[in-house]
Formats: sequence, structure tokens, C-alpha cells
Amino acid sequence: MQDGAVVATLQEAALPSPDSLRGPPSPAEGRGNARAPQSILLRPGADLTGFRDAARRLIAEGVPPEAVAWAVTDSPGLFGTETAQAPAAPLALPKPVAALIPQVIPHRDPERYGLLYALIWRVCHGERHLMEVGSDPLVHRLHRMAKAIGRDLHKMHAFLRFRRAEDATGEHFVAWFEPDHHILEAAAPFFVARFRGMRWSILTPEGSARWDTETLTYGPPGDRASLPEGDGFEAGWQTYYESTFNPARTNLKAMRAEMPKKYWHNMPETAAIPALVRAAAGRTDAMIEREPTLPTRREPARAVAAMADQDPKTLEALNAIIKRTEPLVPGATQAVLGEGPVGATVAFVGEQPGDQEDRQGRPFVGPAGQLLSRAMAEAGIDRGASYLTNAVKHFKFEERGKRRIHQKPTAGEVSHYRWWLDRELDFVAPKLVVALGATAVLALTGKAVPITRARGPFRFDRFEDRVQGFITVHPSYLLRLPDEAKEEAYAAFVDDLRRVEALGRELAA
Amino acid sequence: MDETLAKKLRILADAAKYDASCASSAAPKRAAGKDGLGSTTGAGICHAYTPDGRCVSLLKILLTNWCLFDCAYCINRRSSNVRRAKFTVEEVVNLTLNFYRRNYIEGLFLSSGIIKSPDHTMELLTRVAKSLRRDHGFAGYIHLKSIPEASPWLIEEAGLYADRLSINVELPTEASLERLAPEKDGAAIQNAMAQIGERIVEAKAEKRRFSPAGHSTQVIVGADATTDEALIRKSAHLYGSVGLKRVYYSAFSPIPDGSAILPPKPPPLQREHRLYQADWLLRYYQFTPDEVADASEDGMLALDIDPKLAWALKHREKFPVDVNKADREWLLRVPGLGARAVDKIITARRHATLRLDDVARLTSGLKRARPFLVAADHRPVGLTDRLDLRARLVEPATQLSLF
Repeated sequence: MQDGAVVATLQEAALPSPDSLRGPPSPAEGRGNARAPQSILLRPGADLTGFRDAARRLIAEGVPPEAVAWAVTDSPGLFGTETAQAPAAPLALPKPVAALIPQVIPHRDPERYGLLYALIWRVCHGERHLMEVGSDPLVHRLHRMAKAIGRDLHKMHAFLRFRRAEDATGEHFVAWFEPDHHILEAAAPFFVARFRGMRWSILTPEGSARWDTETLTYGPPGDRASLPEGDGFEAGWQTYYESTFNPARTNLKAMRAEMPKKYWHNMPETAAIPALVRAAAGRTDAMIEREPTLPTRREPARAVAAMADQDPKTLEALNAIIKRTEPLVPGATQAVLGEGPVGATVAFVGEQPGDQEDRQGRPFVGPAGQLLSRAMAEAGIDRGASYLTNAVKHFKFEERGKRRIHQKPTAGEVSHYRWWLDRELDFVAPKLVVALGATAVLALTGKAVPITRARGPFRFDRFEDRVQGFITVHPSYLLRLPDEAKEEAYAAFVDDLRRVEALGRELAA
Repeated sequence: MDETLAKKLRILADAAKYDASCASSAAPKRAAGKDGLGSTTGAGICHAYTPDGRCVSLLKILLTNWCLFDCAYCINRRSSNVRRAKFTVEEVVNLTLNFYRRNYIEGLFLSSGIIKSPDHTMELLTRVAKSLRRDHGFAGYIHLKSIPEASPWLIEEAGLYADRLSINVELPTEASLERLAPEKDGAAIQNAMAQIGERIVEAKAEKRRFSPAGHSTQVIVGADATTDEALIRKSAHLYGSVGLKRVYYSAFSPIPDGSAILPPKPPPLQREHRLYQADWLLRYYQFTPDEVADASEDGMLALDIDPKLAWALKHREKFPVDVNKADREWLLRVPGLGARAVDKIITARRHATLRLDDVARLTSGLKRARPFLVAADHRPVGLTDRLDLRARLVEPATQLSLF
């Protein structure tokens, strides 16, 4: 809206008609009195502010729709400062009504203000739910007007074409468009949101809009002749348009329904339409009639065979892929790969690397890892002969001051990394897989399993019966326990590891 | 834009046009950041229409039309003598940005022939999307055609940059796939679609970004003997099992240098239209695949009337339906009443008793609806039972024909 738009009830000084010389009726005069209509003058275009102020005042004064004559003028003499009145209080309107008003205001139909005021009047006089009655002729008509505005806006957003110009200050994009209704100001925010980093101008016969990457300003009507020349990308766009057309599906009616001819002269690509249409039938017949040809190139048999052979063949090859892939949640220094010999009897799967692991690039080297090493030693497991890895390959954390606090991976993150764990375990081919904690179990089963209940030997379906499974807690869990509970829990953990050791020995035999 | 790039564009746009999907919808609303470029509107925008009546929304191109696959229906199959070209990643990025800045497009729909290996190709596609997002702050729409034969971790990565991923089923049955697309593997397609579907659901729940506009597929109609019923059953299965947003039906189109094992003539375009209508019935009108089957004859949908009307004509005993009283479910069954019209009727009738004139203001399909409706001042006495009702409601046959 233009700032300072003013509603004018016609004031004595400006009025030619004696009937209209009556001042605004007092509320006490009420409605229904037979008297000359009150004239409201609004600015040309979409005068939302003017309409709103007038409607508020008219409702406050009880002026019925039939007693108002709405008119538009751009003669500034009629909007003197003398017309400025104390603004009437806002109207409390149901949301659908308040939403509809700005959607109808840009319509070029001169009746729009009268129709909207009639709607407001009825809504304020007992028909609160009027907007829900889509079958009401007034509501129906206003809906259709709003739809026409929606379509006009949509087509402007769709069919407007920028051309690039360059001057001393850099590049600038300019478009010329002819909307059906007064929609420039309603349409502009879309272009700001989309082309925020560009300097652009949109010229229309009614006014222009300009964006300098920070401020949107409106100005006088533009001139089509001031458009810069089309450039190579415009020619490229025509090329694209011609090539993406499929002559075997020619359907001009559908094209014209969505892209009426009135838009064509501002759309460079449409210049190609006549030639495309003329040639379409011939091209289609030629395609259908042409005999199938024999390939002129020889069959790329080796390339075809090689193509299927893309899977990583070794753990190193897989690790190379993991290493060069970015973390799902940004922040980690590096991927932490599994460690230990291929062919290890037992593989331990943890959750995700922690702070120390992330810095050193090795699994289980932080406090929890050290605790695991100690427990393994007590249980008689040779860490160096085991394979240790994590379900998630990157450290996820929250920064608190200088500390990086570990954050548990979500189920989605675990699934994201699952493919690698799968392949990794295939390469290592252990006889026993030990899941340390809930995340590892989630990664291996695809579902949440309560650790306390499932602790001990466990069948992971994915391995069928080729690989045995075992579930225990994650060593970091032990670190978080209160001191009095620690000792007992640690002993239970070592017990678990002893069972793992025994199982491993049995399986290795 | 130089001549070489224009030449590539000509070849690689031509090679991509047989994919029916062009939607730029369903992405979460975004606006460009400071100095950024691009936004998404939710509903998507068609920036132009070509004389085939189809919308041009995204820059739909292939990265390359060199391909090691030999799918009979495809213009780019390795045994085809079509002219070949290959864009670099930078060329695609550059084209997208320059077209976007001139308001020609909503974004990019990138697909590719398979070169070297599915993984290599998928990595290239993702590099384009990543470069647009990372190096250029591009917030417009990106649709990546995923390659089901690529390693699953590559699909994981693609979903981080794309608004939509899609994998084409292409042929509805395993037998057709084997005969017409020997390098394709039905199980791999199903698995990759399931992976994408799962990841979309998880990411939504965890408020992360993964193909936020969902995933879709395309199936070719008329290249084999599959019936409409089988196609619709396949779609219903896909909507249910992998959470697809859309199935696109693409009437097999004659291509230059066609393969000898294809039918010489394309199916009528009207068939594709009827399939979309039937698909719509599944998704928005609470029809089951069995009911769609019931609306067809020998598994094929009628070409001259829409499937909802066909169903109603077969079940005249269920009509007429009273606009002032009937449940939503039954109003949705009335030919000519769309889901929006039904919602408007239901809201309006709370405050008014609807007459035929009122209904006319709520739907544009009253002509078809009339014989099946009761309104305050209208009862279609005998009309519902007239034997010639079908003939009276048939659409003029010219609607989608070629000329």
C-alpha cells in the first residue's frame, strides 16, 4: 500500500453535488433513513488502507451498504489534509473475512469495494458465519474475484522474465510485466524472498518496483522500451524450451488454458511456438514410421561388465569411502574407523566416537575405551586380537564453553550409518558380535531393545545363524553411575566379558 | 552461454523430456538468505507451457545421455544411435543459476544415463546438488533422480541436498522389466525406494532434512501389456509400502530411433489421463484398488468417461445422494464433485439448506453430478436409472487427441 493513503468522506469544499454535501450521519441518525448515498473516494489501484479506514468508520456510524457510493480518484485535490479524521476503531472480523479483503482489493472491478463492504456489513449484522456459506451469491462472487487475483499473482510470479543489464555499479535485472489487476505490490514480496541477493526492477504500466538487495521501493510506471536486450542465456532458454517439447504429445488447448496468449509477447520462449507446432505432426509420423536401426557403435561389453562391479572389495576400500564422506551432523574432525584384524573372532560394536576418539581418529581410546580395555584384560580378552568399531562413525556433540559434550545419535542417524556397519562386519567376518549398549543393538536389529532385559547371548536376525550375538552395556554407562553402584556394575560387566571370552574361545575352536 | 553449451543443452534436454514428473511442490517454504538466491513456495510454479500442454517448472536435463543400460523404451539406451553429450558438474550449476536468476525455472530436475558405474553417476548427481546448495547458497527446488543400483550410502547423501528424490519403477512387472530393461533389478528398485521412504519419515520426526518434498516414481504405460487395473494395484502397493508421494504415469511415447521390440504405436494419451484420475481416487477419494478395478472392464478403464463416473454408473443403487444430509464419504462418490467442492458443501450446509443453484456455485461439475444428487429443490426422478445415462454424460472425444 502507498503510505499516507487517505480515505475521504467527501467534504463540502470539494463536492459538486448538493446531495452529497450532507456530512457524515451521526450514529444516532442510524440506518434506514432515506438519504443520499455517502460517497467514499479511494486512491486508484489497491487502496487497502483507504478502504479499511472507511469501512471502520462506516460500520461505526451504522451506514448500510446501499447508502455508500464508492469511487476512485487520482486527483490529489480531493485528498486534502482537511479530510484526516480520527481513525475509527478496528473491526473485529472473523479470520476468513479479514483474509479475503486483501485478496479482493487488487481486483480491477470497480464494484470490489462495495461488495466487500456489503460482506463486512452482513458479517457485522448477524451473519458471523457468512464466509462458510460458499453458496451465497455474494460470497461466491468475492471468492471468484479472490481466485482471479490469486491466478494473476501466480501468473506474474511464473511468467515474468528478467533480463540482465550491467552498469558501473554491477549487474541489475529488469523485467516488464502487464498484470490484469492492481497486483504489483502484492506480487513484489515473492521476488524479494526469491531474488534477495540480486538488484532488480519490475516495470508495469501502472507502476514499478525496485529492489537494491536491502530495500523495496515503488515508483512510477515503467517503459517497455527501456528493457535491456536479451543475452545468451535467453537464447539458451529458447533452446531448452524447444528441446523439452515432445511433438508426439502436442496439445495446444492445454497449453493455451494455462498460458493464455496475452502473456506470450513478454515471454521470449514463446517465439518458438509456431514453428514447433508446424513441424510436430511430421516429426511424430517420422518417428513412428522409421524402421528401427541397428546400433552403429559396437557393444561396450567390457564397460557393461565392469559397471556391475562397483562394490568395495576390501575393508580398506570401504574405509576409504567412509573417510571421504562428510558427517551427517556437521562438526566432527574425522571419521573414526573400526580397528582390529580382519577375521577376528569377536567384534565389539559401540555407539559413536567421543571427544578423544574424534581427535585421535581411533575407536575406544577415551575414558570409556580405557575402562573397556581394563575390563577386557580382566576377562582375559586380548584387545589387539578383537575388532572394535562404532555404529555411528562421526562424533556428535554440543559445545559448552571449551568442552564438547557427547550427544546420543538419533535413530535416523543410526540408520544412516547402518550400511557401513553391515559391510564392515561382512568384511571382518567375526564369529561373535558383541553389542555394547542400546545404540549398537539398534544398529544391529533396527529396533529399540531394552538392554537390561536382553543382556547376554542374543540372536541378531541379520546374521541368521552364521554369527553369534551378545548384548551388554556400554562402558560409558559405568562411568555415569554413582560411585556406590559403580563397583557392582563393573563386576557384572566383567562377568559378561568373561562369558564373551568363553563363547569366543568355543567358536574359534 | 556459448555454442558448445547450447548444443549440449539441446541434446540433454531432449534426452530428459520423457520423464513426466515436473513437480516443484511439497518442499517446505524457504526464502533466500541475505545475498542468497532461491525460494520454494509449497505449491510449486509452472513457468511456461510447451505446445504439448505440459508445464515447464524445473530445468529438466540429464547430466549425460551416454548410458551403459539398454532399456528398450529409452531413447538413451546404449544401443541407440542418438547424439550423445555430457555436461560437467559446473556447467549444470551455471545453467541452473543463470536460468533461475531470469525467473525461467523453479529449480533443477537432474537425471543421468549410467556412465562408468551407478555409484560414479550418483556421485556426480549429488555433487551438482551439493555445489548449488553449498557454494552458491541456492535455496530453490532440486529434484534428483536416484539410481537404485547405486550404493545405499550415496542415496543417504543425495537426500541431504535434494528436495525430492525419485526412482523410476518404469515397468510394472518383473517380467516386463526383464524383457525390456535387462540391467534393471526390480528388487534393487524396491529396496532403494524403501530406504528413501524410511529415511524421509525418520528425518521428519527428527526435524532433519532428507528429501523433504517426499519421493516419487514413474511408470511407463503402454510399452507392455499390463492392464490399468494392474497399474493401479501396483501404485496402491507403492503408496502403502514405501510412502510414495506421487506415481507418474507416462504414456509410452514414440522416440526417434525406437527399439524393434516395442509396440509401433503409442497408447492413447487419454489412457494416461484416466490413470491419473484413478490414482486420484485412491489418494483423495477413499477408493480401494478393488473399487477402481470394479470401475474398469477387463482391467481397462473406459476412455470416454472418468473412472468415478464409471463406478457410479455400475452402482446406481447407491444413488442419488442427498447434498444436505449425506456423509462426506458418499459425497466424494458423486461424479463431478471434487474433494474441495465436497468440503465447501459440508461447511455451507451447516448454515443453509442447499438448492441446486447453490450447488452450482460450489462445484463446476454440476452437469455430471445432477443425475446422482438430491438437493432441496431437486430429485433426479428416473434419471439415475436411464439406460442412456452413460451416453448423455460422455465427454466429447476430442479432448486430448492429437491433431
